Amino acid sequence: MSRETLYGWGRTAPSVAEVVTPHNEEDIMAQFNSSPGVIARGLGRSYGDAAQLSGGVVLDNRELGSIGEIDALGVVTVGAGVSIDELLATSIPRGWFVPVTPGTRQVSLGGAVAADVHGKNHHVDGSLATHVLALRLVTPSGAFTVSPTSDPDLFWATVGGMGLTGVVTSVTLRMLAIETDQVLVDTQRFANLDGVMAAMAGGDDAFRYSVAWVDCMTRGTHMGRAILTRADHARARDVAAVSLRAPRSPTLVVPFSAPSGLLNSLSVRAFNELWFRSAPRHEEREPTSLTSFFHPLDGVRDWNRLYGRRGFVQYQFCVPESAGDTVVEAVTRLSNSGVPSFLAVLKRFGPSNPGHLSFPMPGWTLALDLPVGPTKLPGVLDDLDELVLGAAGRVYFAKDARLSPQKARAMYPRLDAFLAVKRRVDPKSQLTSDLARRLQLDGK
Amino acid sequence: MDNAFSQPQTVVVLGGSSDIARAIIEQLCANRTETVVLAGRNAGLLDEAAAAARAAGATRTDTVLFDAEDPSNARRTVTESFEKAHDNVDLVIVAVGLLGSQSEDEDSAEAAARVMTVNLTWPVAALAEVRRRMVAQGSGRILVITSVSGVRVRRTMYLYGGAKAGLDRLCDGLADSLEGTGVSLQVLRAGVVRTKMTLGHPEPPFTTDAAAVAIIALRGLASGERVIWSPPALRYVFGVLRHLPKALFRKITER
Repeated sequence: MSRETLYGWGRTAPSVAEVVTPHNEEDIMAQFNSSPGVIARGLGRSYGDAAQLSGGVVLDNRELGSIGEIDALGVVTVGAGVSIDELLATSIPRGWFVPVTPGTRQVSLGGAVAADVHGKNHHVDGSLATHVLALRLVTPSGAFTVSPTSDPDLFWATVGGMGLTGVVTSVTLRMLAIETDQVLVDTQRFANLDGVMAAMAGGDDAFRYSVAWVDCMTRGTHMGRAILTRADHARARDVAAVSLRAPRSPTLVVPFSAPSGLLNSLSVRAFNELWFRSAPRHEEREPTSLTSFFHPLDGVRDWNRLYGRRGFVQYQFCVPESAGDTVVEAVTRLSNSGVPSFLAVLKRFGPSNPGHLSFPMPGWTLALDLPVGPTKLPGVLDDLDELVLGAAGRVYFAKDARLSPQKARAMYPRLDAFLAVKRRVDPKSQLTSDLARRLQLDGK
Repeated sequence: MDNAFSQPQTVVVLGGSSDIARAIIEQLCANRTETVVLAGRNAGLLDEAAAAARAAGATRTDTVLFDAEDPSNARRTVTESFEKAHDNVDLVIVAVGLLGSQSEDEDSAEAAARVMTVNLTWPVAALAEVRRRMVAQGSGRILVITSVSGVRVRRTMYLYGGAKAGLDRLCDGLADSLEGTGVSLQVLRAGVVRTKMTLGHPEPPFTTDAAAVAIIALRGLASGERVIWSPPALRYVFGVLRHLPKALFRKITER
């Protein structure tokens, strides 16, 4: 046990907690028996305060690290502390890929379940929970194996439940069979947001993976210019030489925090310009490695340090299909406000799942990285909350570091149903986090 | 909890009817602050400040009564304030102060001691308990309101200035002691502010009103700088004043 300062990937709002490393379920139970407040932590890739608990006990779950055999159907049971990176290192050479991956491989499976992560294939495959067959969950009232058929309430409260229903110790999921370690990527540049959104709405269904990068800093006719990339796994017959290689470790490292202000509207504008110009105007079926398509930022370790001492926030919201104009309005407001924002990620979501606090809903999602510093930024984001809420949309807890409890409740109408399930397994509300306290998600 | 923009949800004010603290609270409540506990001497003024906080957006307010002339109540006052907050306290503002009357106080042992007690001894005693609680909490911020009159103490208000100098300098070490605890301390070094405390006193250059100080205080809380100067220009004015030869300094400040 040691007292450590913890923060999220955005490096904002640090707090100090007792960090304990459990090796088994008994170790976790022992903490429930002795500590009033407990939360699990994986690799700390939530952007805000989801995996920290000021003054409480934070369980560092990295030792829950076993990877089982992948059976003929691709079913595997993995310890909650295993990262997607570690799982892929084992699975790709055997011809299996994770069914869903977020933009980084450096997340633990436990954390991925807690945030019910989505990837570029959400419009086809849904979020991670869709592919989870069972979870092992340790709660203050005992350890359970839950699944969509065995205690479905607890299962659906746990996926997307931000670790507040218990500590996930292992995850059984179904992997995706692949023939090669390549994807065939179509790339297209669009001069504005309307163009790319029309292309996505019209053509995404023909691809397993689809995502667009949007420049939120250009104004006028090029407002929201974008690069759309869509892909499918390459079959053996699509490539000259079949290979199934595990991802490589990062080659670049950001060794220390850059001065705050390095990423200002000038430098970000220049970066966005460069990024846009370096993409091909139109390219089809370009073979690309899984790594560089899915996890381009994993090539640079600790890139979050580029944002300096004050860190950054990621704002990710989703709105229903019919509210596409809300996305346009949000990008317009951001580009007019002049706050620097890196290329935003735009994606279409497919159907949602029954998860009480699961984020995705059928429609659109936009995610933006914004350095903390500009005095108007908090107000700009508060106004975006209103806009998103007005369109019956919501903000993603795994990214959040600044929402208000009232807005959180309004955006997640099933919060009370979630809290009822939580009370059943955690009657003393021991499972909590800085995020849960800030947004009143812990039922206290 | 504090959010990524350093906007606190739960705030305790020691010296809750201070005009500067009131102005800061009103601006905090316009953002994320929901719970405010105000500790002070005058129940009527505290209730007024609490009503203003609610009007500005606070959903829960409470008050605690204490007299800063008696440091033996400091621990009890802080304890009661934290308990009434019912939660982690994200920000404690120390705004206790007594200007006194230099000419009347300087030859009175009792009066001189009173100025020291209210401006220095009581706040230091309270800070000890605040420190202990916040370090246990693993998070939180402390904003101590000192004064530019403590940067270089002058003849016309050496009791008040000397006490504030002591508090300001002590906070330097206290802030260092909090490194790695999740708790941080900032000092708001204010110039002359038009408040009920300074009513009837002459207005030197750079005099501001409380609302202007509050804007600067919020900006400083967000940026996390150790010393917040209000108005910011005083950083440079006092950078010069503190190094002037004594005779020249007296000539300038005693006019």
